[in-house]
Amino acid sequence: MNAPPSSKPGEPLLDVNAISLSFKGVKAISELSFSVARGEILALIGPNGAGKSSLLNVLNGVYVPDSGEIIFEGEHFREIEPLEAARRGIARTFQNNALFKKMTVLDNVLTGLARHTNSSFLAQALRLPGARREEARLRARAESVLEFLELQPYRDLTVGNLAYGIQKRVELGRALVSEPTLLLLDEPLAGMNAQEKAEMSEFVSGINRHLGTTVVLIEHDVGIVMTLSNHVVVLDYGRKIGDGTPAEIRSNADVIAAYLGTVH
Amino acid sequence: MSQSLSSPLLVLPDNNFRLFTPAILLIGFIVVPVTGSDYWLGAILVPFLILSLAGLGLNLLTGYAGQTSLGSGGFMSVGAFATFGLVVHGGVPLPVALLLSGLITAGAGLLFGLPSDRIKGFYLMVSSLAAQFFFEWLFQKFPWFYNYDSSGTIELPRLSVFGLDVSSPVGRYLTTLVIVVALTWFAANLVRSQTGRSWMAIRDMDTAAAVIGIPVYRTKVLAFAVSSFYLGVAGALWAFIYLGSASVQSFGIARSFQVLFIIIIGGVGSISGNFIGAAFISLLPLAIDHVAQHLFAGHVDAGLLQNIQKAIFGLLIILFLVREPDGLARLFKSFGERLTNWPLRF
Repeated sequence: MNAPPSSKPGEPLLDVNAISLSFKGVKAISELSFSVARGEILALIGPNGAGKSSLLNVLNGVYVPDSGEIIFEGEHFREIEPLEAARRGIARTFQNNALFKKMTVLDNVLTGLARHTNSSFLAQALRLPGARREEARLRARAESVLEFLELQPYRDLTVGNLAYGIQKRVELGRALVSEPTLLLLDEPLAGMNAQEKAEMSEFVSGINRHLGTTVVLIEHDVGIVMTLSNHVVVLDYGRKIGDGTPAEIRSNADVIAAYLGTVH
Repeated sequence: MSQSLSSPLLVLPDNNFRLFTPAILLIGFIVVPVTGSDYWLGAILVPFLILSLAGLGLNLLTGYAGQTSLGSGGFMSVGAFATFGLVVHGGVPLPVALLLSGLITAGAGLLFGLPSDRIKGFYLMVSSLAAQFFFEWLFQKFPWFYNYDSSGTIELPRLSVFGLDVSSPVGRYLTTLVIVVALTWFAANLVRSQTGRSWMAIRDMDTAAAVIGIPVYRTKVLAFAVSSFYLGVAGALWAFIYLGSASVQSFGIARSFQVLFIIIIGGVGSISGNFIGAAFISLLPLAIDHVAQHLFAGHVDAGLLQNIQKAIFGLLIILFLVREPDGLARLFKSFGERLTNWPLRF
């Protein structure tokens, strides 16, 4: 797999600018602003209902914000369609896996390449040489992701029957195969035991390090957040109450009061 | 191991069955036409193949793309009446007319697939009923469609393919077989391609499909069009190759249900399941009839016997589905797997 182009660290990839979102009058996110530097791992933390998942849904177009804008790679978006977000290189995983349950692991990963497929359905159905070459190319890409995430033993198994931790990894693979610029991970470690968590955070930091992919993730395990990420944004009731390096967050009084607790 | 890319697959994707497809083709193209009686070819195998094709069409839409439909009969009628119109009004040769009718039906299916953006699941099924009843009305209301025939039936003057007369049972069987094999190959390739994977992704979870970059609406509408192409061709074959003469009544709501039962019994989301389902639905009543006649003829009232046969047929469907809710294709497959491992464990 190739690293995405122009992965210069430091320069902002994404700016979240005064985003507000409400559901039937209930504010989920208010006037939220922060920026994501290219090449970093940013962790969103905060209590349940703080608006973390809603924010990811705004970032890839599942929700339309009431106000504010997103600036992604220098382009301003008041709202963005999910398809458009995918086309621009924003990929994501969901809190409760959103895999295609009746399909195999390999096929799930291959669906992530839909927007990289150029041959027409007619060429595919008639097995024209161009379509066959493209299919072979897509399969090679999917295989390399399976290898990277150590999913090869599960390649031909139906996803719905796999263990939860493996499913999480398959979903990561499906997002990763399109070689996104920005990877949004909604609780990638949820429901895992300590060993699975360690493996998964190793994969996430590997993706970031080797492929240069910028990662925004939501996680509750503060211990892992502090070692995995290099930028932490803390939300509470839809507001930002902390923004900085893990060390800064650890010593932030507001954050300690709202979230981390006194004993840590 | 994953299936190698170069081997075309017709029936089952397992390596164990690699010889299965050539064997079936050999039997279908050589053994059956040589040994089959006219009755078997014309009255059993031709309708079986056409119903399999119709099942395949619906299965692409429902089993793969996850869009429900009760309009199969209606789309079959579009294919039949379009072929009739092209041949009778336009003088188009039959093979070309079949292809064009498929495309016309695809257009009709695309049109009725447009609401699928907003309507889902059960409600979409109800809206597909609208297609069914619309076409029944259309082809009855305007005599132009059946060339002002006094009984409202359509019939082709003669059945010829590239100058060859195919009206004999063997001719009709081989014509049907060539078309069904070609379209099955096409469908099997399609469901294993990126298009097929996008269909299945939408079937399993459409929100996630959009998020990972699948153009959901366009892909759904494509499924409606391709599915309708198959149903259109199947409808034309049903009218002219099997029945000989047909009317709107040949494509009523009962036909839609029949096609739906074929895919439910055979296996939703399976290619071989359509053939198994169609065989089940067209052969089992014959088998029951045969057994019943043998055992009870003369002892039981003929009308009562008819009803008992239908009840047994229904009961068998329920039994099979309880045994294997994923359809007979799955049942056959796991049986085949056990058979290949036989000396080790059965």
